[in-house]
Amino acid sequence: MTGFRRSLRRPPVDPTTIGRRAFDLLCITMGFLLLVHATHLPSWLTGALATVLALRWRHRRRGGKKVPTLIKLPMLALLLAAIVLHYGTLFGRDPGSAFAVGLLVLKLLESERVRDARVGVAFACFGLMSALLFGQGLVASGIVSLGLFPALATLRALENPDADIAGWSIQWKPVLLSLLASIPLSIFAFLFIPRLGSPLWGAPDSGQAATGLSDRLAPGRMLDLMTDDTPAMHITFDGPPPPNAQRYFRAYVMQWFDGNEWTPGSHATRRPPAQAEYGRRIAYHAAVEPSHDRVLPLLDMPTLAPPDTVLGPDRTVRSNRRIDDVVNVSALAALDYRLEPTLDDSVRHDNLALPVGAGPRARALASSWSQRFGSNSTAIVQAALAMFHDGFSYTLAPEPLGGDRIDDFLFQTKQGYCEHFASSFTFLMRAAGIPARVVTGYQGGYWNDRAHYLLVRRSDAHAWSEVWLDGRGWVRIDPTAAVRPERVQLGAAAAAIGQRDGWLDTPWIREMRDRWDVVNQWWNRGVIGFDSLRQQGMLQPFGVDHADVTDLAVVLAIGCSLLVTIALGWAIFQRREGDALDAWMRRLERKLARAGVARRTSEGPKHFLTRAARALPAQRNALERLCELYLRSRYAHDEPPPESIRAFGHAVRELKARRVVK
Amino acid sequence: MTPRGPGLLAWAERRLPSLTRLRPREPLPIHLHRRRIYIVPTGFGLGFSLLLAVMLLGALNYTNNAALGLTCLLGSAVVGSMLVAFRTLNGLVVGGMRTDSVRAGSPARVSLDVSAPQRIRTAIRLDVEGVQQVFTVRPGQPALVEFPLETSFRGWLPLPRLRIHTRWPMGLFRAWSWLHPDQAILVYPRAEALGPAPMVPSGDADRGRPRAGDELASLREYRAGDPRRQIAWKLSARHHSLLVKDLEQPAPQDDWRLDWDAMHGLDDESRIARLARWVDEARDSGRRWSLRLPDAYFDIAQGDEHYHRCMTALALRP
Repeated sequence: MTGFRRSLRRPPVDPTTIGRRAFDLLCITMGFLLLVHATHLPSWLTGALATVLALRWRHRRRGGKKVPTLIKLPMLALLLAAIVLHYGTLFGRDPGSAFAVGLLVLKLLESERVRDARVGVAFACFGLMSALLFGQGLVASGIVSLGLFPALATLRALENPDADIAGWSIQWKPVLLSLLASIPLSIFAFLFIPRLGSPLWGAPDSGQAATGLSDRLAPGRMLDLMTDDTPAMHITFDGPPPPNAQRYFRAYVMQWFDGNEWTPGSHATRRPPAQAEYGRRIAYHAAVEPSHDRVLPLLDMPTLAPPDTVLGPDRTVRSNRRIDDVVNVSALAALDYRLEPTLDDSVRHDNLALPVGAGPRARALASSWSQRFGSNSTAIVQAALAMFHDGFSYTLAPEPLGGDRIDDFLFQTKQGYCEHFASSFTFLMRAAGIPARVVTGYQGGYWNDRAHYLLVRRSDAHAWSEVWLDGRGWVRIDPTAAVRPERVQLGAAAAAIGQRDGWLDTPWIREMRDRWDVVNQWWNRGVIGFDSLRQQGMLQPFGVDHADVTDLAVVLAIGCSLLVTIALGWAIFQRREGDALDAWMRRLERKLARAGVARRTSEGPKHFLTRAARALPAQRNALERLCELYLRSRYAHDEPPPESIRAFGHAVRELKARRVVK
Repeated sequence: MTPRGPGLLAWAERRLPSLTRLRPREPLPIHLHRRRIYIVPTGFGLGFSLLLAVMLLGALNYTNNAALGLTCLLGSAVVGSMLVAFRTLNGLVVGGMRTDSVRAGSPARVSLDVSAPQRIRTAIRLDVEGVQQVFTVRPGQPALVEFPLETSFRGWLPLPRLRIHTRWPMGLFRAWSWLHPDQAILVYPRAEALGPAPMVPSGDADRGRPRAGDELASLREYRAGDPRRQIAWKLSARHHSLLVKDLEQPAPQDDWRLDWDAMHGLDDESRIARLARWVDEARDSGRRWSLRLPDAYFDIAQGDEHYHRCMTALALRP
């Protein structure tokens, strides 16, 4: 009668209103959504929405009903106005997601019905996904996926009539189990859902400024970069890594100087890639972190353009798509090379051009060198490097430069970093009649000995020069190395030591950072970098060299069906009640049913077996023995002893019941 | 079920009798198994799937693998919830039915015994003629689901088709099964509201007057003329006045001999209604009665068993 009483005791609740527990969970879901979006929402908006959320929760906890439209509408208008004022528009990724999160929180104000709550949860799931568009790192993804817990728990609580009286652990554990059980299917789907070769609509207008190398080199422009320890690339080599002094990653080649800043020059891309002869080559794989730019810094000297990229005339590589996510590139680099052995006249002209009027003292110095050494370009280069080595110092905080930055640097301040050295060195070379240009990119990197990869951080950004020498082509000259060899031998961090906080470099922190970086690296390569190319190669072990969309769809369909079938088997399988004795009894019942004696509902074992013995005279003795065995095993003990179960089972197997032909 | 096109529904009923309400009657207990449990997504489920599709497209378009992974996880959880919905109903046993005696016109309170052998079944819903009951079945603790059933006429009222369904766990899928138990409720005839008392054959004039007897009824003040042997001497000694024992024989209530044929000028239903009222009154006043019907006779007796026998006979009159 418990059920009867329960049905009477339950207070008459309107089943279409949200229960108390379900509303709590809904508020947690929305709070979580707010949290994962907090990184890009303006803080005042996050604060205001959190306040609204908390007030509404308290309001309903105290028995409050729907918030009247008189309050709701102005708040909606306020949200709209605030977003338009702050972002200037309502469209785009940032204002759009801010508006969506705001709407979802305001939706709580009128959420009284189960229907409202469901709609809220569904769109909260969408909001969680959209938070990943702002960053899909390991930590961000982990936190966002935690948001599924309150969302699914809300849906369960909305269904469960006992949700309000059940404990909190009841709300979480089944959600955890169901999500864990979903992992195999989701991994399979993740691997085999065909990726789009090209986006259906425009990539998100990420208002993010390009972070990383810039296509112009101006005073101070590199400084932000050189203090930013964010990873820029992870590189693994097939074979031993090249020595530090050869780890130059070429991003931009700049030939145009206007007296203040260097730029690649407008006509730089029209020509085919320069001719080159290669010596020793090494193969490597780079995972390039998003830079929101198209340039792909590759190890000097790239021999071929990797797929989906273009090799420029100056041997820099640009990707066909903006790098908004981690891009995995496999490439070949020639450590010994001869680039552009014969120089085109127009190129020579471009690389000798100097801005009118800039650096008169530097020009005078350069012409004195060219008078002294004549056409011996190597000697001129050596002279310039010797000058840097003897009188200049390396610092990340140089004195500011005056009007003529070349002369100021060379003859006044005499201190600076790669940008100053490369810029003035190139100027000097051009003034001395040697074609020269500035190259920017990364240099060095941190070799992670645990995982055998090279970590290049943004702080490894570097600028150097290339001079064209007759018979040798473009030769890389790093004037910074002349001033501070550690910069090239050990990396930027070592060169600038003493000017930065040292505590981040204590051994155990570095150890932890190494480990953490390995995990991140794994996530970036394995998950974020899993693109359509790698997907196409996935079926290679099975003989499909280039899996196209149809192949993938077939595998996806077959695999998902298989997994769902397995799950269905689990769903259908039901453990039968009872112990081994019951199992044998059921087998006996099946045998007797085939012989024409089916056990009736509510027929006891004794009655049934006696009836069977009467109906099947040939097995009369066996059935009577079975009956006796069963009754003794079942009722003589609390638990049927194993040997009597065995005896009963044996007797059941022995029984040969045949239908009696009457 | 959500209303669909009439043609589709008719086709479904013809082709898939167990899917729809055309399922034939079957005896209790009913075991729910996989061949009679059906699952369709709810409206919310369809909407949610649409949202998942949009999420998938967005993740693919922006080549955002983390978002794609989240979408896949959510999608798999949705698929899993379909199986959980099925598992909630699979193996459920609808056992016995109980009901009180009920009068035509008033709702019967029917209770069904729903049990589950292995695991807890949450948020099971039972639809009976538009009224929904929500309950949870715990293993080894059968739930007794009570629902009202409108009655309008005496006699056997077959249980209507019942739909047992669930949207557990997330409201995305509805698993359901139609039950058509081979059970009926006996509805007793409606008693007429007002009417004459039955004819008592003896026609005794001083009916109801107390008669002197052997049993002590009460004590009262002495009045002149009371027989001396009725004075309660011992009790009177403790009082200021004499007390007299009032002795009387309880008036034997006349047995009612209710007879179908004794009522003239009434149609069958009116006779049944009147007899039902008399049987009620007889039981309430504690008297004995007999009932003669054209095809049955219940000899003079009293008590609940007699009452139910008489009422059953009346209810089942053709």
